[in-house]
Amino acid sequence: MNIIVCIKQVPGTTNVNIDPVTGTLIRDGVAAKMNPYDLEALELGLQLIKKNGGTLNVVSMGPNSALEVLREAIYMGADGGVLISDRKFGGADVLATSYTLCSGIRAIGDYDLIITGKQTTDGDTAQVGSELAEHLGIPHIANVRKAEVKGGVLECVYQLDNKIYTADIAMPCLICADSGINTPRLPSFKRKVEYGKAEDRIRIITFADIEDQDENHYGLKGSPTKVEKIFEPDKKVERKMISGTDLASKTYDVLKAHKFV
Amino acid sequence: MYKKTDSEDILYLKSIIPSGRILVGKEISRDYAHDELGGIEKLPDVLINAVSEEEIAKVMAYAYEKEIPVVARGSGTDLVGAAVALEGGIMICTKLMNHIKELDEANLTVTVEPGVLLMDLQAYVEERDYFYPPDPGEKSATIGGNISTNAGGMRAVKYGVTRDYVRGLRVVLPDGSIEKIGGKVVKNSSGYDLKDLIIGSEGTLCIITEATLKILPKPAFSVSMLLPFLTIEKAIEAVPEIIRSKASLTAIEYMSLDTIISAEDFLGKKFPDTNYEAYILLTFDGNSMEEIEKEYTKVAQLCIDMGAIDGYFIDTDERKKSVWNARGAFLEAIKASTDLMDECDVVVPKNRVADFIKYSHEVAKQVGLRIPSFGHAGDGNLHIYLCKDGMEEKVWEEKTKKAFDLLYARAREYGGMVSGEHGIGYAKKVYLNRQVGERQIALMQGIKKVFDPKNILNPGKVI
Repeated sequence: MNIIVCIKQVPGTTNVNIDPVTGTLIRDGVAAKMNPYDLEALELGLQLIKKNGGTLNVVSMGPNSALEVLREAIYMGADGGVLISDRKFGGADVLATSYTLCSGIRAIGDYDLIITGKQTTDGDTAQVGSELAEHLGIPHIANVRKAEVKGGVLECVYQLDNKIYTADIAMPCLICADSGINTPRLPSFKRKVEYGKAEDRIRIITFADIEDQDENHYGLKGSPTKVEKIFEPDKKVERKMISGTDLASKTYDVLKAHKFV
Repeated sequence: MYKKTDSEDILYLKSIIPSGRILVGKEISRDYAHDELGGIEKLPDVLINAVSEEEIAKVMAYAYEKEIPVVARGSGTDLVGAAVALEGGIMICTKLMNHIKELDEANLTVTVEPGVLLMDLQAYVEERDYFYPPDPGEKSATIGGNISTNAGGMRAVKYGVTRDYVRGLRVVLPDGSIEKIGGKVVKNSSGYDLKDLIIGSEGTLCIITEATLKILPKPAFSVSMLLPFLTIEKAIEAVPEIIRSKASLTAIEYMSLDTIISAEDFLGKKFPDTNYEAYILLTFDGNSMEEIEKEYTKVAQLCIDMGAIDGYFIDTDERKKSVWNARGAFLEAIKASTDLMDECDVVVPKNRVADFIKYSHEVAKQVGLRIPSFGHAGDGNLHIYLCKDGMEEKVWEEKTKKAFDLLYARAREYGGMVSGEHGIGYAKKVYLNRQVGERQIALMQGIKKVFDPKNILNPGKVI
């Protein structure tokens, strides 16, 4: 079977600063990593390949730096990767992102199954997977906890609210892996030494390679969502030592000054 | 004979400690009767949750005058019975003294009360881009406890142990007097180093009420690597070669599959790889990724030449969590896998680690006990556990005695020591005696007598 797993490069820490002028995340100079939810999707895919045979490719949309996560996926066991990258794709919201991924995946060719993670740690919308399936016109299931190939269909165990369901889904299809369903394997040193930069295993797809050439469907132009403002929640913790005598009234004064009482 | 606390003593203690923070007799929870060793239980007569040095000084002055035994206690996570009130009397718990008093960025020190938890201290300094390197597995231990046992942990290979990070102490002596020992200075050749005597003294010389600790700038990058091997022997045989490679490593831990499986069962979480019999876990840190990459490439290649199946990268928070959480839970996991266990925390010269582990397997067979182990292969400190697994009490006692005798004798033969980081407490006294001999024990007893002429502080421990 041919599996495609969608992955994204996200900031390596949750302490990300926001540009006070543009209101966007400052990604420069911040360590990046693969979205942790995508690692679970990749692990699910690698387990399916181990059982059923076939190939697994990862797909990511992003700038050139995202090649790093494609390589990481290859070191974990993926056969190859595709980076969908073009300046025209920048500033995309959920709709434009899922449409761009759809266009990129169409350019790649045949697949039996697409797996996405539950959500990303930077966008947190948890909608790209389902929208991608809609654009591709294939069936999909979200919150999948287990998946197994049985008699030519994919049997999925998935969770909606407090209920666990089991359903068969015809392939080709898309599933969004739930969170916490497995412990993803670690990238291999041996594979890193063997594949190095993995140039022969990674393909880059740009705007020129995709069928729909209407620029209004991509990037900022293709995004109906307009973000008014992004701000960091205030999480400053201050510690103040109060010593000496008359501690109660001193404490009261501090609390009053900060309007806690 | 010590004075038994009576109603007059309790009345006095209640006059200096507000109600709610002083508990007497049946008010005291059974939790305070034992530490994490198991097998030894004794409740204190009075439990005081102190909030200040002054309170401790007043309690000690009174106890000294009346000759009432006193035991200081932090989180009670020790493994040798050191925090158990063998003679009853007063227990002073320092857990409420949990304030971080000062971060001195010019001197690179942090000053804390003794009840600050290791995990809180580490989080506090790391948020500010500093680093407190001692890293014992038990993160809910207090700093006072860490100093009292000279706790080591996983980063000792590169950074040393708690002793290397204590600059100054404030302590209350058995007679209630307060002393400031050491300070923020880096160098100190001013007479006998009392600070270093107090570190590791397990609450037998004085009670620590404040500690000034050295901190470092936080390394910018840290990467761990998990290396699977087909057998535990192959894994530990690689360790001396890793050390000989001159690579700059922060941690070299070894773990066997059965211990990992116990941790999986205990945590309800899967470890990233359980396909092989044994694993070596390495950590590299530094200020550039290039530097780290150079180091891990050299070591990983060496390990593969020595029989490692591969090297798996642990380079993100999630991956670190999935591996180090399991590593941190090994002790609890082994504990949960049996009805009772006892432990051996020997430290041997680094080049004898492999031999000692192999010997522990022989002892397990010879004595007929399950003896899982894990440990700090990079510094020679091993944690070896004897599991009761439902056997009869008498048989268990005989078997543990036999196993301990064999293990400690072999450690002595290798030039090792009884305890690497857990201390002597009550449980390992006989082995310390055998190890260091009468002359050294007499020296230790002399020191104890100078500090505590009435022997009221933590009696029955260490010597």
